Amino acid sequence: MEILQNIATYAIVFATGGALCAIAELLVVRTKLTPARILVIFLIAGIILESVGVYDYIFKVCQAGISVPIVGFGAALAKGSIEMARSVGFLGAFAGGLVRTAYGVGAAVVMSYIVTLVFNPRTK
Amino acid sequence: MSLFKRSEKNDSAAVEQSSAEFPLRTPSARQRIMRFFNTPRIVGKMSVVGEKESKGPMGKYFSKCETDDKMGEKTFERAEIRMVDTAVRGAIRDARLGIDDIDVMVSGDLLNQMTTSSYAVRDLGIPHIGIYGACSTMTEGLMLAASLVDSGYYKNVVCAASSHFATAERQFRYPLEYGCQRPPYAQWTVTGAGASVVSTNNAQTERFPKIVAAIPGLITDYGVNDLNNMGAAMAPAALDTMYTMLTQSGFTENDFDMIVTGDLGKLGSDILRDLMRERGIRLGQNYIDCGNIIYDVDQKCYQGGSGCACSATIFNSYIMDKLTSGEFKRIAYLATGALMSTQSCYQGETIPCISHAVIVESPFGGEK
Amino acid sequence: MSQNTNAVKARNERYNKYVETVTPKTSIPKALFHSFAVGGLTCVIGQGIGDIVKLISPTMPNDMVSNITSMILVTVAILFTGLGFFDVIARQGGAGSFLPITGFANAMASASMEFKTEGLIFGTSVKLFSVVGPVVVNGIVWSTVAGLINLLILGMK
Repeated sequence: MEILQNIATYAIVFATGGALCAIAELLVVRTKLTPARILVIFLIAGIILESVGVYDYIFKVCQAGISVPIVGFGAALAKGSIEMARSVGFLGAFAGGLVRTAYGVGAAVVMSYIVTLVFNPRTK
Repeated sequence: MSLFKRSEKNDSAAVEQSSAEFPLRTPSARQRIMRFFNTPRIVGKMSVVGEKESKGPMGKYFSKCETDDKMGEKTFERAEIRMVDTAVRGAIRDARLGIDDIDVMVSGDLLNQMTTSSYAVRDLGIPHIGIYGACSTMTEGLMLAASLVDSGYYKNVVCAASSHFATAERQFRYPLEYGCQRPPYAQWTVTGAGASVVSTNNAQTERFPKIVAAIPGLITDYGVNDLNNMGAAMAPAALDTMYTMLTQSGFTENDFDMIVTGDLGKLGSDILRDLMRERGIRLGQNYIDCGNIIYDVDQKCYQGGSGCACSATIFNSYIMDKLTSGEFKRIAYLATGALMSTQSCYQGETIPCISHAVIVESPFGGEK
Repeated sequence: MSQNTNAVKARNERYNKYVETVTPKTSIPKALFHSFAVGGLTCVIGQGIGDIVKLISPTMPNDMVSNITSMILVTVAILFTGLGFFDVIARQGGAGSFLPITGFANAMASASMEFKTEGLIFGTSVKLFSVVGPVVVNGIVWSTVAGLINLLILGMK
């Protein structure tokens, strides 16, 4: 029974993650928006979803399907900022987002630096 | 009020009054063609290309193919400088001259402040005239070199143009390893460098192809603002110069064995054919586009090649070979260039383009 | 300002319309399918990593699990970038590869590698955020705004 449930979860993850990316791709093809703009749009969508309190419900169903795309990054930023603002006060809003996402961003910066030391870009 | 009226009147004359769907700028009485009566000769040539280009359909014509895109240098920029150096030295050797016989070098490339040309010339020690014509640099160079030689100021002038996929990509687009998807109408910057030596006409140089005329281009902007769609942006510039050439040179399109455009790519050359057909000129089998022929379809280069080196390498290999052997009697070479910067496009400007033309004839009679 | 006259404007509009008709289009179903597959797969891998982490240490709080998941995804994406696989996948995947967190990592690593030639300080360190800058800046600004608005409406806990 548990296996069936797992399969269902993975199917939902695949479907939602894929659907989000397909929407972004449709925007790229149809509207000539640059990837940077689309990333910002999805990021802000994540922030809005989190701040109106809907994100948690979506996350319970879709799990990694919504947290791995950049929407999840936006939601994490907003969640951190909101939680810290409500526990620390006014100043907490400025620090919260970064505190919550620091693991991922930190890993990205450090790993990029290490990879830079080892590899060179190539033409293909 | 009167000032306003006058400017309005001038403005209405900005495009020709014709039934053409895409009118050109008002043709003035200005004679744009320059004729070289002392017929400067192209006595030496050399083309260096990267690995991808050497595997394309034109591969067998190029003089030198590099297998490593860095050529053992530390950076891609150094590799491009090395290519210019190789091409210029090779062209001078091909002309059976020494570096000291060259009076001046006219060259350019795609990078900011034309660093490639300046650094290459630093090692060569030749007086230098740097030019920027984006992808039209080679024709601009040939035109200037021919006029310097024709007027008798100089005996031997070398002109060169270069581009490198990695350095252009970094300057105009994204980092190399960045995973971005190109639209199907994008083009691929050619890695390579081409150089030719232009000399005065005398008993020794009689057997070489001669430059008979040139037309400096007009900046043409039909309001295209898509950085990836270079072919569509540049086609009107080619139209303007080609139309001027056919009306002012006295040759019709059938008098040329080959009409060569620079890097319009497949899409751009199709657009140019359409635009010319609208004016009653049919470009037939004798029209080719360097960007269109430099890569195979299966090399995944979208619409074809672009960059200074695209037409510079093909002109200095395939076309010069055919001219020297007499297979081509007369060719027109129009390279097109898009003169935008990344900043100007983010500021909402459209892409201004230019196209210069040179007419080159084989030593074995230009008559057809 | 002859570029702004009506005749020129009309011509440019006509030309752009004409270009639109001749420009080859991306095949939309194919592009959507590719980005759906690549994006969905990335999310499934993320879910898998999360589940494995939970299996190894069942007591770990959910927040930490998602942190570790994103760290692993980011690291793998950056390694792929270094080895030169990522942009090959991305050329097919399109949005499927830039929308997940892996695309964020790739943008950072590729910029950092590209500008290595200008040195580690002026090249890598300066240009590290040159591509992901918009995401980081907008993320911080708008999440701060979200935090402040929530504080104003809901008040302190």
